[in-house]
Amino acid sequence: MALPDHATRLERVWHRTYLIICGLIFFFLVAPIIVIIPLSFNATPYFTFTKEMLTFNPDGYSMRWYDDLLSSREWIRSIQNSFFIAITSTIIATTLGTLAALGLSRREMPARAAITAFLISPMIVPLIITAAALFAFYARANLSQTYFSIIMSHVVLGAPFVVITVTAALSGFDNQLIRASQSLGANQVTTFFKVILPLLLPGIIAGGLFAFITSLDEVVVVLFLAGPEQTPMTVRMFSGLREEISPTILALASILVALSIGLLTMMELLRRRTERQRSG
Amino acid sequence: MTDAAVSPGMGLNQTASKSAPLTTADGKPLKAALRKANGRARRNALLLVAPLFVFLLFTYTIPIVQMMARSVMNPEVANNLPNTSAAIGDWDGEGLPSEEVFAAMAQDLKNGGRSTIGRVAARLNTDMPGLRSTMMGAMRDADEFQAPFKEALLADDDDWGDPRLWTLIKRETRTITPAYYLRALDYEYDQAGEIVPRPENLQVYRSIFWQTAWMSGLITILTILMGYPVAHLLATLPLKRANLLMILVLLPFWTSLLVRTSAWIVLLQQEGVVNNFLVFFQIVDDNDRMRLIYNRIGTIIAMTHILLPFMILPLYSVMKTIPPSLTRAARSMGATPLRAHLTVYMPLTIPGLAAGVLLVFILAIGYYITPALVGGEGGIFISNLIADRMTGSLSQLRLALALATILLVGVLVLYWLFNRLVGVERLKFG
Amino acid sequence: MLKQLALTAAASAMAITAATAQDSLTIVSWGGAYSESQLKAYDEPYTEKTGVQILHEDKSNQALAGIRSQVEAGNVTWDVVDMLQSDAQRACDEGLLVEIEFDEWLAPAPDGTPASEDFIEGTTGDCFVPQILYATMFAYNTNAFPDGGPKTIADVWDLEKFPGTRSLEKIPQKNLEWALMADGVPADEVYELLATEEGQDRAFAKLDEIKGNVIWWEAGAQPPQLLADGEVTIASAYNGRIFNAQVNEDQPFEIMWDGQMFEVDGWVVPVDNDNLEQIKDYLFFATDTQRLADQAKYIAYAPARESSVPLVGNHEATGVDMKPHMPTSPENFQNAVRFDVEFWADYGDAIEERFNAWLSS
Repeated sequence: MALPDHATRLERVWHRTYLIICGLIFFFLVAPIIVIIPLSFNATPYFTFTKEMLTFNPDGYSMRWYDDLLSSREWIRSIQNSFFIAITSTIIATTLGTLAALGLSRREMPARAAITAFLISPMIVPLIITAAALFAFYARANLSQTYFSIIMSHVVLGAPFVVITVTAALSGFDNQLIRASQSLGANQVTTFFKVILPLLLPGIIAGGLFAFITSLDEVVVVLFLAGPEQTPMTVRMFSGLREEISPTILALASILVALSIGLLTMMELLRRRTERQRSG
Repeated sequence: MTDAAVSPGMGLNQTASKSAPLTTADGKPLKAALRKANGRARRNALLLVAPLFVFLLFTYTIPIVQMMARSVMNPEVANNLPNTSAAIGDWDGEGLPSEEVFAAMAQDLKNGGRSTIGRVAARLNTDMPGLRSTMMGAMRDADEFQAPFKEALLADDDDWGDPRLWTLIKRETRTITPAYYLRALDYEYDQAGEIVPRPENLQVYRSIFWQTAWMSGLITILTILMGYPVAHLLATLPLKRANLLMILVLLPFWTSLLVRTSAWIVLLQQEGVVNNFLVFFQIVDDNDRMRLIYNRIGTIIAMTHILLPFMILPLYSVMKTIPPSLTRAARSMGATPLRAHLTVYMPLTIPGLAAGVLLVFILAIGYYITPALVGGEGGIFISNLIADRMTGSLSQLRLALALATILLVGVLVLYWLFNRLVGVERLKFG
Repeated sequence: MLKQLALTAAASAMAITAATAQDSLTIVSWGGAYSESQLKAYDEPYTEKTGVQILHEDKSNQALAGIRSQVEAGNVTWDVVDMLQSDAQRACDEGLLVEIEFDEWLAPAPDGTPASEDFIEGTTGDCFVPQILYATMFAYNTNAFPDGGPKTIADVWDLEKFPGTRSLEKIPQKNLEWALMADGVPADEVYELLATEEGQDRAFAKLDEIKGNVIWWEAGAQPPQLLADGEVTIASAYNGRIFNAQVNEDQPFEIMWDGQMFEVDGWVVPVDNDNLEQIKDYLFFATDTQRLADQAKYIAYAPARESSVPLVGNHEATGVDMKPHMPTSPENFQNAVRFDVEFWADYGDAIEERFNAWLSS
């Protein structure tokens, strides 16, 4: 957004102020997340930069909170739980969500808007309501505090993201390709696996990543549904933050920030791939 | 697609100009074939949606509806005081009921066991604190009651001579009640059965609803103020640089909610980074550190940060489609930059703004985790109160469900508005 | 239809429990150090004696909601549940619990005193067998008061003599009682006064005096943490937590026993259970005099039977004599107030609303 050469002085000053404001907002967005990382290497159990840290004295830094985290059986267990729940629910949510998106994008789909709104509603309904309803539901069947109930609940919460991303991917989809494939003699199944799926894959993966992060990050429903066996890391983090906040939480938080950077990179690569496909 | 779906298209080309009934290549009437093909395509589309639809219906929608239905249930008096319920119908509400009603009550107390009377006592106690003990006491003495039962009950506890008790029982014989909704809005029934506001020192829910709304509104405004310039910058920068800066928006979006909340705890607490910074530069005194967290300020800062990407992304996707030539044209026709921006550019961004505003507001009013962690006493939302009441007595649970239903209806209205104005299919991430 | 669906889904899980129902018991408790103490004192000896396997579920934090759902669904799988007396009262009112026949079901004291008379007065309930007694009281960090800490509840309110922030639990229970005591009301008149509008006004007015200097806690782990960090100088806390900080973490904390409020935790049995004989056998064993005394070896909570008190020994892990750490030991028990579950069952909902309104104003 370069200024034209004939810009007045006032415009230049305004433009510079505007850029500074934007810079500050970007700082506000990212700084709190980044600041966790150096603090997680703090040698003291405080949540601030010590003198040693600010002067880059190596004594001010240590790995002790990472050691704490990785040597605690409870933390490891809960991290495993989180990933197990997230991966399982992602697979189910992605399958159900992709099928639904394929249906929704058919021209013949009746009541499309209403059905889409319904399928997306778990994203909108306050989590405390969802959590309480699901708790009552699974407790009646004596299934609360089981992996089954947690995974099913996370499918509910994750599927809308898959529906949204896959529908978006399908909206840029060229239906001619299907006809071309069929005119060349491919049947429906072949067409789906050889033509539709490869083109949709980036959208499906993106949806799956959303469902994955939604499950990994979810706190409220698991607070109601998880027993000691299934406790995922978010519940431990939540009670840690509530009761006795220790820098161990910052170590885990830093690892999670690294994870989100990884996921973000994957999304960016997927986006580029889609763009190439569309333009080429 | 099936063969039938393809062939009508060909049949159409061949027979379009003829006046005889249109047929497909294999000689079937075209209309029927089309209808059949259409029906099949519709069924196929529905079949694809069905698994998720049915799954959500059974493991999500029905549990919520079932739960909500409990917020109006009120079976305790009718079920557990059957004789009294039948007898009290004839009472005109003046003074005390007749001996007949007292006798029915004595009978019910005698027939009912610990749990029968316990249920009704706990229920009635919600409206008249202290009544529980009165009833439980009478239940224990019930075997000794002799006619006249009015005197017997009054001798047991003089609360039985309080007309309010009998009005309450008469009112609560109905098995469906709006009482919990009244309570959720800080109203109650008075002695005459009129709906009146609750005593001021017991009013709490309306003010928390109001606080939830205004804090969400304020957070939405803050996200507009911060999101609009950033989205504009991203939309007008060359694509490569915009994509790079976009990462700064997407990183918080992809970072765990708990991580972001803990970041703010670390930054804002009294011994935290921000206060240390301010003390170091002598902006505040060491003994006078600012309370930035565990209050409303904490909730507002943290939630603005968490919800900001939800404002930037829809704004950006709309702004990207506005050709820069439009503002340039306005300026070439003599508009000042400000005027060109206000009258030409801004109106075009309204769809994105509407999407962002509704999305942020809808998400904000249901927030639970962040206010619970950084809100202290002042900065809580209605969800926190709901969660609190959920684990208590049956009456508190029903009250929580009434509160939850009100919140849910509010959210659904906004969601409907969102669909009307923006459309769910416009929702996109990243 | 829905129920059937859910039940079918649950079938496999239930098939497993059904197979073992005859010779096992499902016991629900709080988890952590507390469940550990029960395991050592009751469950291991019981299994050794009878061969009955005990399955543990740590769900007491949602016991009321859990029992309610199971009873409503007609699918009760919990045999014995550990619950607070106040929650047990509510569940009993709702008809969710079996009424206990104390003298028929439970062991008498070694000297022959029937069970119903052996439990500390006021701790039993219609559906509730008391187990341990714990106290909520004030504790302080001795570093904050080198010349001696607060001695009475009134001192806690005295911000001049004992400066610093206080920490109280974010509930009206106990705080209102203490406020009246600080205002000069004798301990035995507190509840009578609180049942009146004026009494409540007076308690809230007293709380107003320190409201600006209070950090409210919500989880039992918070007060020791706040005291250790120096964020507050005086905090209300559970005695077991403070004991733990003193003995296991060497924190310079002191308990002020004046005005301690003790309450009870114990067993309940959900209704519609087809395992009642087995349950009675377990309760007979697990609540006898020796078993209750044994539990105090593992955790600083006092046995609820009078006859168990003299049998309390040393802390298993550190060898500390547990007797002086018991809320019931005579010097600690002088000005103790029994937390009145009946009162709070009657007035709790109303007062909680007022407390919430007061907090947010």
